Amino acid sequence: MKVDLNINGVERTVDVEPRTSLLDCLRGELALTGTRAGCEHGVCGACTILLDGEPVRSCLMFAVQADGYEITTIEGIAPAPGELSVVQDAFVEKHGMQCGYCTSGMVLAAHALLMRNANPTDEEIRDAISANLCRCTGYGQIVEAIRLAADNLAQSNVFPAERVR
Amino acid sequence: MKPAPFEYVRPASLAEACELLAANGDARLIAGGQTLVPMLAMRLARPSMLIDIARLEELRGIRAEDGAIVVGAVTRQAVAERDPLVAREVPLLAKALPWVGHPPTRARGTVGGSIANADPSAEIALVAATLGAEVVVRTGADTETISATEFFIGPMITQVPPDGCVTAVRFPRRPAGRVGTGFGEISVRRSDFALVSAAAQVVLEADGRCAECFVAVGGAADIPLRLEGASALAGTRLADSDIAEAIADDIAGLDTMSDLHASGAYRRRVARTLAMRAVAEAREEASRVH
Repeated sequence: MKVDLNINGVERTVDVEPRTSLLDCLRGELALTGTRAGCEHGVCGACTILLDGEPVRSCLMFAVQADGYEITTIEGIAPAPGELSVVQDAFVEKHGMQCGYCTSGMVLAAHALLMRNANPTDEEIRDAISANLCRCTGYGQIVEAIRLAADNLAQSNVFPAERVR
Repeated sequence: MKPAPFEYVRPASLAEACELLAANGDARLIAGGQTLVPMLAMRLARPSMLIDIARLEELRGIRAEDGAIVVGAVTRQAVAERDPLVAREVPLLAKALPWVGHPPTRARGTVGGSIANADPSAEIALVAATLGAEVVVRTGADTETISATEFFIGPMITQVPPDGCVTAVRFPRRPAGRVGTGFGEISVRRSDFALVSAAAQVVLEADGRCAECFVAVGGAADIPLRLEGASALAGTRLADSDIAEAIADDIAGLDTMSDLHASGAYRRRVARTLAMRAVAEAREEASRVH
């Protein structure tokens, strides 16, 4: 079944079985392997992507359902090749990762939060990543990283709508 | 964790969706898919066809209609959570929605889907039962309206026939006057399934006496249950002792579930505590309205 997908601003057409999850389509058909496959049934959050700016588990939807949305994966959030987004930079700064497996999902969940809420409380940060499991249990630094990203964005001189990038 | 093959169709209208559903015995509707897709992935469900109703305009949106706020079945939970009409007119729903799943599941999960799924611990179903909302169901060309207090039959079992489709949920609008709401739940971690939950809405008279009190518990029994004894609270000042007395028989009569996570005795105890707290929270909130 053919489906047109808008991924990171690029139109792609894929031909997949209806049962192919968006996650498997991204990784298998489009080689966008930054989106992680974890539990594949909606528990771990490793496969989080943004769908029209909202965090969504890509294992819980089928690729054939995803036409017409703006899909953003971890590959699509840095402003330019070789650069990091403000959130990614803060994860590096605060060492908001250990093994790195949950990191793409965590970073995208943080982006979704900061696009909607420029100055979240720690409780709101925890709520925003509550759907993402880190089995290294490095949550403390992840919360600190998102806090730092919010602070850096608040001091940024970039136009607000563009700031999260 | 890969679903068995199925055919995927996206009908252009509700009528077409109902025809497809009637013509294909083991077809399933999909909207947000946040419960169905895991079941497909684990092959607990193996439908031959998925009928995607998520983009049907006629099933989407939130509007005021007479005494009700009508939430289209495929309205996403995240949309309802941020909706000003819901915040103003169905404050109990607005209070409960942030407890539904996680931000990513609310971004896809729908209000009607949660109702149709009938998980005993679902917050939206609990709110519907508390307020006596109505569920609109279309089967073939027929539409019927079922009270949420009768809609749920058991865990994942509702009055919706196999070829029926929940099209909307009609939540009663906030009554006039001094209204307060209360909501609480106990789960292993925040955002996990509720072991027990409770919701309440209270209307106070000008002199502070209770005009109306609804309270219901979820997760305790196999469906969300309104505690009908709370009707005896009308005319009282909703003292904690009044609340305890009014709900005592309902709590004692709960057919509580026991499972790996919590015993039936624990659920009964927590149901009582949460119901009392929910009414007290609603009372305090209403008493601040002048």
